[in-house]
Amino acid sequence: MGEMIVVNDLVKNYGDFCAVNHIAFTVPEGSIFGFLGPNGAGKTTTIKMLTTVLDPTSGSIRVNGHDPTREQKQVRRSFGIVFQDPSLDDELTAFENMDLHGILYGVPRVERLKRIDMLVEFVGLSDRKKNFVKEYSGGMKRRLEVARALLHKPRILFLDEPTIGLDPQTRNHIWSYIQQLSKEENVTVFFTTHYMEEADRVAANVAVIDHGKIVSQGTPSELKTNTGSATLEDAFIALTGHAIREEEANAIDRMRTMGRAWRGGGRR
Amino acid sequence: MRAIYILCMRQLKRYVRSPARIIGSLGQPILFLVALGFGFGSMFAKAGGGSYLNFLSPGIVAMAILFNAVFSGIEIIWDRQFGFLKETLVAPVSRLEIVFGRTLGGAIVAMAQGAVVLGICMIAGFRIHSAWLVPLGIVFMFLIALFFTSMGTVFGSVLQDMQGFPLIMNFLVMPLFFFSSALFPVESLPKFMQAALKLNPLTYGVDGLRGSLGHAFAFSLVTDFVVLSILTGILLAIGSYCFSKIQL
Repeated sequence: MGEMIVVNDLVKNYGDFCAVNHIAFTVPEGSIFGFLGPNGAGKTTTIKMLTTVLDPTSGSIRVNGHDPTREQKQVRRSFGIVFQDPSLDDELTAFENMDLHGILYGVPRVERLKRIDMLVEFVGLSDRKKNFVKEYSGGMKRRLEVARALLHKPRILFLDEPTIGLDPQTRNHIWSYIQQLSKEENVTVFFTTHYMEEADRVAANVAVIDHGKIVSQGTPSELKTNTGSATLEDAFIALTGHAIREEEANAIDRMRTMGRAWRGGGRR
Repeated sequence: MRAIYILCMRQLKRYVRSPARIIGSLGQPILFLVALGFGFGSMFAKAGGGSYLNFLSPGIVAMAILFNAVFSGIEIIWDRQFGFLKETLVAPVSRLEIVFGRTLGGAIVAMAQGAVVLGICMIAGFRIHSAWLVPLGIVFMFLIALFFTSMGTVFGSVLQDMQGFPLIMNFLVMPLFFFSSALFPVESLPKFMQAALKLNPLTYGVDGLRGSLGHAFAFSLVTDFVVLSILTGILLAIGSYCFSKIQL
């Protein structure tokens, strides 16, 4: 079993601010890896670099044996991703979103239709598949995004806070399927979450990142032993402290600001 | 190719599904057509210019295309904010395919809006001189649409949010419209205005469209076509370059 993700000495600077500071970790093929950290610690920045949409300042990355900065197509073909914030087209139906994804990833028509049916069924959206995504609730959108990320049978699945806003039933359902995928089809899973009991339950290995640096990594039980904590949550707090973090304005905040500018000054 | 096709189709679907946008963006051209077309009509005729409505209509069609095209291109910002852009950027297709698909779709949408406005102009009294030249008119409509969608793509790729949008509309798009041959003939203008008009790509688009619909070129068919094609090619390349540099 090889290493699916290898990161060495990875750095990302935004001007003077160091978002990711010399981090290194590896994720074995077929394993589930939890990437944990407080808000603004550098989790999403790292995922962006792993998934080819952001160039690192320095350091090296191998995803499925390829370099995301140079062999983008090979890397992109290997993974599916559920982003932290929504990435569906609200003006299209659920089916159209799935279909568009399948076409972009070159999934042949017959297989595409079959897998769309199967995956939409799996996330419990079969009877809503012809509905516009704008009619979906937050949880339904999330489920659809998980289904979409799996459509092209990726070797790696990136999940950036995939279960945010989901009820416990759906969370359990999705995690048990992901665990099954990892076991039966040897899919590697890289996820971030704020639910520590979730990480404790599903991740074989975790890394804790804070202020751009990895402060600890290992199996959840190693982290608990090292910090003398009963739960992973206690271990997490022991490692990262009690201070509440500030994060830059997120997309929703920016969107609201923009909505005002739009209505105030737009030509149309 | 498949990516170009599906992303182009996406633009068309979104257009067809939002009647509010279709109708909403007809308001401005109709306002200009009626207010200016009928308002200045008699003066224009007295000055020996013939029918102002016939002169103005191609300009109004170009205007509708201009605004819709810039808007279509700039929709990249929307997609960035609402997240869909990410979905396309991590897909195993080249950025070039993505930007071509989007731009082509946007241009077709803008052209469709132009065609609707042309229909309205004809209801108002505009006459096409020769049906044979209509395909040529469509070519010019497409070039205008492609040029300005590419321009929107440049802005959509470079800007992070919609804050700069009014700035672009008021200091670039509106001047481009007013300092073109859309509203008045080039020939009898003061020298500096003539110079400004000749530097404006839209002038060639409007002139080509006006000529093809049968109402006399100020330059010539070849000049209009060559100038506009070259500029469109250049801007499409710049737009593609800017889009390929987007980082999330």
